[in-house]
Amino acid sequence: MSLPQILFLVVGVITLGAAVAVVTSRNVLHSAFLLALTFFGVAVLYVLLDTPYLAAAQVLVYIGAISVLIIFAIMLSRKVAAPDLVQRNSQWLLSLIVAVLLFGVLAYLTLQTAWPAAKQALGVDAIGGLGEAFVGTYALPFEVVSVVLLVALVGAIIIARER
Amino acid sequence: MQDNYGFLGLYLLIAIAFPFVALGVAYLLRPKRPAPVKSSTYECGLETIGETWVQFKAQYYLYALVFVVFDVETVFLYPWAVAYNRLGLFALVEALIFVGILVAGLAYAWRKGALRWM
Amino acid sequence: MVPLSWFLVLGAALFCIGVYGVLSRRNAIGILMGVELILNAVNINLIAFWRYRTPDHLTGLVFAVFVMAIAAAEAAVGLALIIAIYRTRNTVIVEDVDLLKM
Repeated sequence: MSLPQILFLVVGVITLGAAVAVVTSRNVLHSAFLLALTFFGVAVLYVLLDTPYLAAAQVLVYIGAISVLIIFAIMLSRKVAAPDLVQRNSQWLLSLIVAVLLFGVLAYLTLQTAWPAAKQALGVDAIGGLGEAFVGTYALPFEVVSVVLLVALVGAIIIARER
Repeated sequence: MQDNYGFLGLYLLIAIAFPFVALGVAYLLRPKRPAPVKSSTYECGLETIGETWVQFKAQYYLYALVFVVFDVETVFLYPWAVAYNRLGLFALVEALIFVGILVAGLAYAWRKGALRWM
Repeated sequence: MVPLSWFLVLGAALFCIGVYGVLSRRNAIGILMGVELILNAVNINLIAFWRYRTPDHLTGLVFAVFVMAIAAAEAAVGLALIIAIYRTRNTVIVEDVDLLKM
C-alpha cells in the first residue's frame, strides 16, 4: 500500500467519523466544531486529487467563513439557560434506514463499475485555466454568481437586522 | 510537490503535539499542592453571577455575513489574477463588472449600518 | 495511487451522513449543517471525476467552485432566516414553526 493510499484511509476515517459526530452530537456547538474538522478532511482530499487551489479555497470559504457563520448563528439563537434538548426527531430511525440503504446502493454500484484505474498526469495549469474559464466559457455564470452573492448579502441583512 | 506536503504534514503534527508536550512536561515537573483558593475560577477577581452564556447581538452576524461574501469573491478573483497576463481587455471588464456588483452590496450594507461597530 | 472508486465511496458515505442529518435533526442549524455535508460530498465527486476522467477540461473544477459560492450564499441566507425566526418565535426547532399548518 502506497503513501497516498494510507493518507487517504486515515483522512477518510477522520472525515467520516467527524461527519457522523456532526449529525449525532447532542450539543449543536460541538457539531459546528466537528463540521470544521470535516471540512478540513475534505480539503486534504482535494490535495490528494492534485487541486491545492481548491483545498485552499475550502479552508478559506468553508472553515474560515461558513463555520464561523454557523457558530455565530448558534450563539445568537441559543436560549439562555435552556436545558440541552432532544436533537433527534421522531423519524430518526426511518432516516437512518434510508441513509444506510442509499449508501448501500451507491457503494454497490460504484464498486461494481470498472473504472479506468490510472489517473493521467495533470497537463493543464489548473488555477490559470480556471481564471480563463471564468471569463471565457463560464462568463455568464461568473457574473450571475456575483448577483447571487449580492442578493444573498442584501437579503440576509434585511432578514437578520435588528429593527 | 509531495515533499512540500510532507513538510506541511510535519508542521501540522508538531503544531498539534506542541501544546500536549508543553502541558505534559509542566504536569510532571510542577509541585502538586491543591488548595480551594487556587482552584477557584479567578484567584483575584469576582466569580461570575448568573449564566455565563450571554445573548450575542445580531450585529456580529452581519459582520460575518459581509466577510463571507467577500471571501467567496476572493476565491473567484484569484484564478483571474493568475491568468491575467494571458487575458485581454474584455476579461478585465468582466472582472470589473463582477467586483462592481459586489461593491453595490457593500454600499448597501454600509448605508444600512451593518458595518457600524456597536 | 488511490483508485477513483475510493473517492466515490467516501463521497457517497458523506452524502448519506448528510441526508441522515437533514432528515433526523430537529434543530434548524443542524439541518443546515447536514446540507453543507451533502454539498461537500457533491464537490468530492465533481473533483474526483474531473481528475480521473477529464483532467484536460476544467468543467468539474469550475462547477466545484460554483458549488462553494452557492453553499456560502445558502448558509448566509438560511442562518439569517433562522436568526429571524428565533427572534420572533423564540425557537430554532423546526417542528415548532408550524403557523401555516393550522
